[in-house]
Formats: sequence, C-alpha cells, structure tokens
Amino acid sequence: MKTSAFAYYRAHSVDEALRLHAVAGENARWLAGGQSLMAALNFRLDEPSALIDVSRIDALRGVTLAGPTVRIGAMTRHVEVASDPIIAAHLPLIHQAMPHVAHPAIRNRGTFGGSVALADPAAEMPACVLALGGTMELVGPNGVRRVAADDFFLGSYETALQPGELLAAVHLPVPAQGARHGFAELARRNGDYAMAGLCLMLAGGSARVVFFGLSDRPVRARAAEAAIEAGAAPRDVAALATEGLAVFGDLNAAEPTKRHYAAVLLRRELERLTGHKDHAA
Amino acid sequence: MSGLITITLRLNGEDVTATVPARESLVDFLRERMGLTGAHVGCAHGVCGACTVRVDGQSVRGCLTLAAQVDGAEVETVEGLSDTGAIADLQEAFHRHNALQCGYCTPGMLVTVAELLDQGGPVPTRAAIREHISGNYCRCTGYQAVVDAVHEVATTRAAQRGEPA
Ligand code: FES
Ligand code: FES
Repeated sequence: MKTSAFAYYRAHSVDEALRLHAVAGENARWLAGGQSLMAALNFRLDEPSALIDVSRIDALRGVTLAGPTVRIGAMTRHVEVASDPIIAAHLPLIHQAMPHVAHPAIRNRGTFGGSVALADPAAEMPACVLALGGTMELVGPNGVRRVAADDFFLGSYETALQPGELLAAVHLPVPAQGARHGFAELARRNGDYAMAGLCLMLAGGSARVVFFGLSDRPVRARAAEAAIEAGAAPRDVAALATEGLAVFGDLNAAEPTKRHYAAVLLRRELERLTGHKDHAA
Repeated sequence: MSGLITITLRLNGEDVTATVPARESLVDFLRERMGLTGAHVGCAHGVCGACTVRVDGQSVRGCLTLAAQVDGAEVETVEGLSDTGAIADLQEAFHRHNALQCGYCTPGMLVTVAELLDQGGPVPTRAAIREHISGNYCRCTGYQAVVDAVHEVATTRAAQRGEPA
C-alpha cells in the first residue's frame, strides 16, 4: 500500500522543528530515520497531516562522553552507534545489542532516538536504556525536561512524550567499574523483532533485569532482580523470571511459551556471567 | 503547506531535479518517475529487501525512505552499479552459481552484498555473509548458492588486495 497524502517540512534546528510542529498541529509527526514510521504509514496505520523531518539537525546527532555519562543524540543512526568507540568502551550492553536491531540497510537509516521514542515493546534499544537506567532529554514548547527511563515507557508505543515534544537525547550513566552485562534474544530470523529478549546489568550488589518482546513495553523483572541481589542461584532466579509481569502472546509465540523463553534466557545469561551451572536440575 | 517538494540529487552519476509528492517513496520515485525498475517493491514495509538501493554509499530500504529525504544525496541503483562495472564480478558469480532463479530479489541482494564486499578486510565467514543478507528474502534459491557466490567473490577480491585468505 501507499501512504496517505501529507505535507513534508525539513527542520534545521530544534527551534525550527518546534515552530514547524506548532504550526502543523497535533496531527503532525516527527520523521527521524523513518524505518518504523514509513512502514506504519504505508499500511495506513496512521495518516498524519504533516511530517517534520528532524534527521538533519546536527545538534541532535553524535555520541559524547561527559564525566560519568554518555549522551547519545537522538538522531544518531544505529550504524553510527554500532561503530562508536565511546559506546564500545563504556556501554558494551548497547554495543552487543546493536547487531540485533533489524538488518544492515535498516540500521543505516534508523536512529537511536527514533527507536526509543517509538517504544516498540519488542525493540532492543528501549530495553537497553531501561536496563542502564538512562534519562531522556525532551524538548518542547515549554523548554527542556528530563524523564527517567523507569517513568518514560508507559505502554504499547506509549511514552511520557507530550504532543509537540521531541526526544533530543538519551543520557546513560557509565556502569560502575567491574559491572557485568548480559544480552540475549530469541527471534525467528536474524534481525527480526524478538519473541523474547533480555538485558541484564549486574553492578556491585545490584541487578537490573529487563525483558522485551514479552509485554506491552520493556519491563523490569523486579522479583528476579531481588532474588539476584539476595544471592539466589541462577536456576532459582529463572523460576521468578516473569513473576508478577503481564506477558502477552503474539503471532510468534503464545504467552506460556514467552514466559518459558524468558526464564531460559535469564538462566543462561546468569550462568554465563557467574560461572555457576547447576547440572542437577 | 504543500504536498509537493522539489528535490535535487545525484542519481547514478547524473544530476537530477524533480518535483514529487511529499509522500512518494524513493523506490516509487526511481521506478515510476526515473524508469529505473531494478529495485522492486516486494512488501513496502521493510521486511523483504527487494527495494534496496544505495544512498550516500550505504544500502537503504527504498520503501522506507521518502524521495523528499534524499534531497542533496547521492543515490545509486543496481542499474548504476551495473553500468560502472563495479559489481560485474558479483553478477558473473551469481550467474555461474545459479544464485538467482526468478531474479525478483536479485537487485536488492546485489546492492546489499556490494556493501559487505566494499568493507574490505578479511574474507567474511559464511555466517557473516548470511547475517549481512538476513534482511533480503529470496523465495527461490534457498540462499546456499547466494552465499557460495558472495564467498567466492570476497575470496577473489581479498586475494587481489593481497589479504590472506
Ligand atoms: S519492498 Fe522494501 S523491504 Fe520489501
Ligand atoms: S531468485 Fe527468486 S526470489 Fe530470489
């Protein structure tokens, strides 16, 4: 199918983007890399009146390290994040996850911020941001505000972004020295959306366990986090993988299957990270 | 507010200016307006890879890119890559290995593979080749012959560069 008709505006600065959006009205959409938006428009899942192309705003691009925080400009393309030395050195979770984001031709256009702002429940980057405890920098008509990842992902494709607000950057704390990370996902084909996916951060005595592709958003597995922090064995943590979480089946896997996959991924990654393997199970 | 936009781009080495509807995808622009029908529209939502072309040297989905977005860019299609001889060895290897049957996926496959081969370095493993073409569906060949052809060209080119096999 083809998209419905819309107007197209290209913004060269954040101010210009906000002005254009104010004029175009609530039915305008931001266009970043377009790798999800264009598919949705081709299916006519959405029929916006205007697209405001923000992908060429230089201030929204690039990866920088400032003290203990990495800032990823929202319009930085996946392919750039994948090869960025700051990301490789300081945020290995994202470096490891990036090859799982779609396919090379899509990573060439798709942006980090576009993926986070879209909040596809099965996407890797929102889950990484949540596991790393990132903070979103949002710009809007009323200025800049910051929202923590824990408060940003609200539901299926639903975030704390208000109409007319734009995700400018994501700030990610560099994990403490000695922190360990795990990433794993199950998909039918390399680069497809995950049937179940896991981001895991272990730092000092604390754990963050995030699943994606299971629920209506990336979700923290609080019961599993508490069990890890209490020193439980991988097998026992895995038994709590989806405890208390709403899990929804889809075309690729039914709900009980997804719960099973989640437990398997968590156990495997914990065993790999801790060297603890319980053969008796 | 206008539904039309004028774009200027370099297309297969030639400067082109055109006024297009804002909603026109790059692949429709190339096929319907420029007569370049090598890139195909298989799915129109980013899954099959049949629409793959090059923008500023990188492979992209023609169905997920607006013509409006390539204003000022350098666009190459399979026609351009063929005419310059840049992928002649690859085309010949596809032919010889039977890496195409109906040929529907082939233009997208060639553009995608050309990007991998252009990266240079050591010869990619078969697994790396499969990973790189994971976004290109082929319903005929079963991929085996495609991987054979790509691996052979990668090996030949690496030898020409003096890389160890
Ligand atoms: S037509 Fe573009 S990916 Fe299928
Ligand atoms: S040769 Fe027919 S789809 Fe690939």
